[in-house]
Amino acid sequence: MLELLAGNEALALGAYHAGVMVASAYPGTPSTEILEVLSEHKDIRTDWASDERVAMEVGLGASYAGVRSLVVMKHVGLNVASDPFMSSSITGINAGLVMIVADDPGMHSSQSEQDTRNYARFAKIPVLEPSDSQEAYDFIEYAFDLSETFDTPVIVRTTTRISHSKSVVNVNKVRTEHNRDFTYNVSKYVLLPGYARARRPDQYARVAGLEEHAETFELNQITLGSKDVGIISSGVAYQYAKEVFPDASFLKLGMVYPLPKKLISDFADGVDKLIVVEELDPFLEENIRLMGIELQGKDIFPTIGEYSPDVIAQNAAKAGLIDNIVVSNKPAEGLPKRPPLLCPGCPHTGLFSILSSIGKRSAPKKTTDINNSGLVICGDIGCYTLGTYPPLSAMDINVCMGASIGTALGMERANVDKKVVAVIGDSTFFHSGISGLLSAVYFDSKMTLVILDNLTTAMTGHQDHPGTGVSAQGDQTRKVGLEQLIRGSGVNDLEVVDAFDIKTIKSTVKKALDADHLSVIIVRGDCAVRIKARSGPRAVETEKCNDCGMCLLLGCSAIQKDGDKVRIDATLCAGDICTICEQVCPRGAIELK
Amino acid sequence: MDKVNLLIAGVGGQGVILASDIVGEVAIAAGYDFKKTDTLGMAQRGGSVISHLKIAPKVNSPLIAQGDVDILLAFEKMEAARWAYYLKPDGVAIVNNHVLPPLSVNLGVETYPSDDTVIADIKRATDKIYLISGTSMAADLGNVKTLNMLMLGAISHFLPITDQVWKESMAQRLPAAILEINDRAFEVGKKEIRNDNLR
Ligand SMILES: Cc1ncc(C[n+]2csc(CCOP(=O)(O)OP(=O)(O)O)c2C)c(N)n1
Repeated sequence: MLELLAGNEALALGAYHAGVMVASAYPGTPSTEILEVLSEHKDIRTDWASDERVAMEVGLGASYAGVRSLVVMKHVGLNVASDPFMSSSITGINAGLVMIVADDPGMHSSQSEQDTRNYARFAKIPVLEPSDSQEAYDFIEYAFDLSETFDTPVIVRTTTRISHSKSVVNVNKVRTEHNRDFTYNVSKYVLLPGYARARRPDQYARVAGLEEHAETFELNQITLGSKDVGIISSGVAYQYAKEVFPDASFLKLGMVYPLPKKLISDFADGVDKLIVVEELDPFLEENIRLMGIELQGKDIFPTIGEYSPDVIAQNAAKAGLIDNIVVSNKPAEGLPKRPPLLCPGCPHTGLFSILSSIGKRSAPKKTTDINNSGLVICGDIGCYTLGTYPPLSAMDINVCMGASIGTALGMERANVDKKVVAVIGDSTFFHSGISGLLSAVYFDSKMTLVILDNLTTAMTGHQDHPGTGVSAQGDQTRKVGLEQLIRGSGVNDLEVVDAFDIKTIKSTVKKALDADHLSVIIVRGDCAVRIKARSGPRAVETEKCNDCGMCLLLGCSAIQKDGDKVRIDATLCAGDICTICEQVCPRGAIELK
Repeated sequence: MDKVNLLIAGVGGQGVILASDIVGEVAIAAGYDFKKTDTLGMAQRGGSVISHLKIAPKVNSPLIAQGDVDILLAFEKMEAARWAYYLKPDGVAIVNNHVLPPLSVNLGVETYPSDDTVIADIKRATDKIYLISGTSMAADLGNVKTLNMLMLGAISHFLPITDQVWKESMAQRLPAAILEINDRAFEVGKKEIRNDNLR
C-alpha cells in the first residue's frame, strides 16, 4: 500500500513492524513525533522518560530482558544519554536495540549543531542513515537485524529534513515479533573493570566484522554513471547531489559507520574525480582519507549549516564542477521578519513582564540600558526562552536543558553584583533541573528560582512528563508532586502563584529577591494553545486609552499598534484565560469586548 | 505539466501544513511521485511557514531550488514578497490579499511594506500575479479557517488533477462537520483564477 508519510511516521511504522515491544524517549525536535506515532499502538509499551539518559537505560534493560526496544532522542539528547550509551557498546544487547537520533543541521530548533556520527565512531556503534521516508521505513528492520547479529545497539541517524519531509512509502511489511529469553550473564551485563576489560577486544572485533559486512551490505549501493565524477554521499545530501549531478556515478552509503574499505576504493578507482557530499562534519571524508584515498569534500561544500540543492549547486559551480548557475532573482530586501513569539495568552508572559520591569529591561516609550539591571536571569530551554526577545528582554543566559540553576549557582559563587534569578520550565525541571536544585540546597544558595509550570512540555508539542501523571499512551499513571519534590529536597521557602495574577507574581518575586535564602516560586497556568474553549476577546476602549504603551511591553502579538491607536486583534486574543493586558493597563481601558 | 514545483507560504495558524498534505495526497492518488518539506521554525503560532512541494514521475530532493518554482501560493501578502524570488520567470503567484503584521510592526519598530512594494517585489520575479481576497471570502463563507481550502481551489486550476480526486482527499482529511463549508471554499477559490484578479 502506498502512503504519504513523514520520515518520523515511517520510522515509527518501521519499528512497529520490526516487532518493537518497548520504546522510550524524551521529546526533542525533530525526533518527537516518532514516539507519539508509536504510542498509538496499544499492543506495545511506549513511555516518555524523564530524560534521555533514562530513556536509554529503559531501552537497554528491555533489550537485556529479551524484547526488541527502541530509544529516541534528538542529537543533544545523546549528550545526556552518553553515559549508558558508551557502556552499552561494551555490554552489547540481548534482543535488538535501536536508537533513533535526530540531528538538526541548520539548527532549526536547537541550541547546537552536532554530528551524531562522531558519537558512533567514539562508541564503536554502527549507524544507518536513510535518505527519505521509504528508507526510513525499511532501514529500521535492517538496524534490528544488525543489532542482533553483531550484539550491539545500532543508531539510525535522521536529520530534520528527513524526519519532517513527507514522501511516498510502500508499506509492505506486517508486524513480526522477535522475543528472546532473559538469561543471567554477569560477565556481560555487569561492567566491573575485570569483566569490562575482557569485553574490550570484542568491541573491536565487532567493528571489524561490521566493516566486512558493509562490503556487501545491500544498503550500500553503487549506481554507475559518468566516469568523470564519482560521488559518495548519504542521507538527504544524497538526494540533493543526485539532482545537481544527474550524470555522475554514485556510491550511496546506507551505513555510514563502519565503512566498507574495498567497496570505496574500487569505486574510487573507477572514477576520475572522487567527491564526498555530506552535511555537517567531514566524517566520511576523514575516514576515507585514512584509507589512503584522495578525494574532495569540505574544500568545496560547507561544514556549517543545512544543505539544499542550492547550497550544493552554488558551491559545485564555484569549484568548476558544473556550469555556472545564473540566479536571476534576489530576495526582497527590508521586509520585517517573523521571529517566534510567546503566544497570546501564554502563561509565561506575566512572569517575564514582571522580571522585565523589576530588572529595568523595558519601560514604555523609552530605551533602557541592560547594564542598569539589578538582576541576572539565568534561563533554560523551552518556549519560555522566547522571553529573551524584546520587549520582554528577560533572559541573560541559556546554555542547555537544566543549566539555569547550575549557571545561577556559578554566578552566586563568583559574587556577581546582581541578584541572581534562575528560570526553568516544568518539563525541563524534571529532566535535569532537579539535580541543579539539589546542589542549590546543598550550596545554601540565596537565589530566586522560578519554575514556569504550564503542566506540559509545550515547546515540542505538549508531551506529558512526570508532573502530569499521564503516560505517553494517554493512560492515567502516578504523578510526581512538584511541590512535594521541592520541599523534600530541603527548600523551606516555596510559593505557588497563578500565572495570570500579575500583582501576586510581582509581590512574590520582590519578596524572594529580597530574601536571604533560597526561594522557589512555581508560576502555574495552562498553556494557552491547549485551551480550546475561549471567551470573548479583550478590546481597547479608545476614549480611555492615552497610548501610554504599557500593554505593548507584554510583547503579546494580539496587541497591535495602528498609527497612534492601540487595538487588540480579536482573532488572536486568548480571551479571559489571560487578562494580563487588562491588569497592566493603568487607565482601565482594556475590557471584555 | 508532468512536473510541478509548488511553494506554499504563510504564517503559523493559517493552515498551510494541512493544505500541503492534501496536495501530496492528491498527487499520489493521481499516480505521481511526491515529496514535501515544511519549515516552521520553533514557534507554535505566528512565525513564517514555508512548504516546498514537488510533484513529478520521480522526485529526489524535497527542497526546491531557487528559480525553480512553478507556482507560489501565498496565504499572506508580505510572505508572497518574501518568497517570490524562488519563482521561475514564467511562474505564477497566487496571493491572498491579507495582512498579518509581525510583532515588530505592531510595536512600531518596523513598517509593513505598502501594496505597491509588495507587488513590485513579486513583479521582479513574474508578471503572473493573481491577487485574491481569500481571507475575507472565507470569512463571508462563515469560517476564516476555510482559507486553506479556498487557496487549494485556486491552485487546482494549474494542476493535472481532477476535482473528484481533490474532493476525496478533502473528505478524508477534514472532519465531516466542516467538510461542506470547506467544499464551498474550494469552489470559491477555483473561480478566483481569472483575468480581473491579475495584477
Ligand atoms: C537534551 C535535550 N533534550 C530535549 C531538548 C528539546 N527541548 C527543548 S526545551 C524542551 C522542554 C520544554 O518544556 P518545558 O520546560 O516544560 O517548557 P515549555 O516549553 O512548556 O515552556 C525540550 C523537550 C533539548 N533542547 N535538549
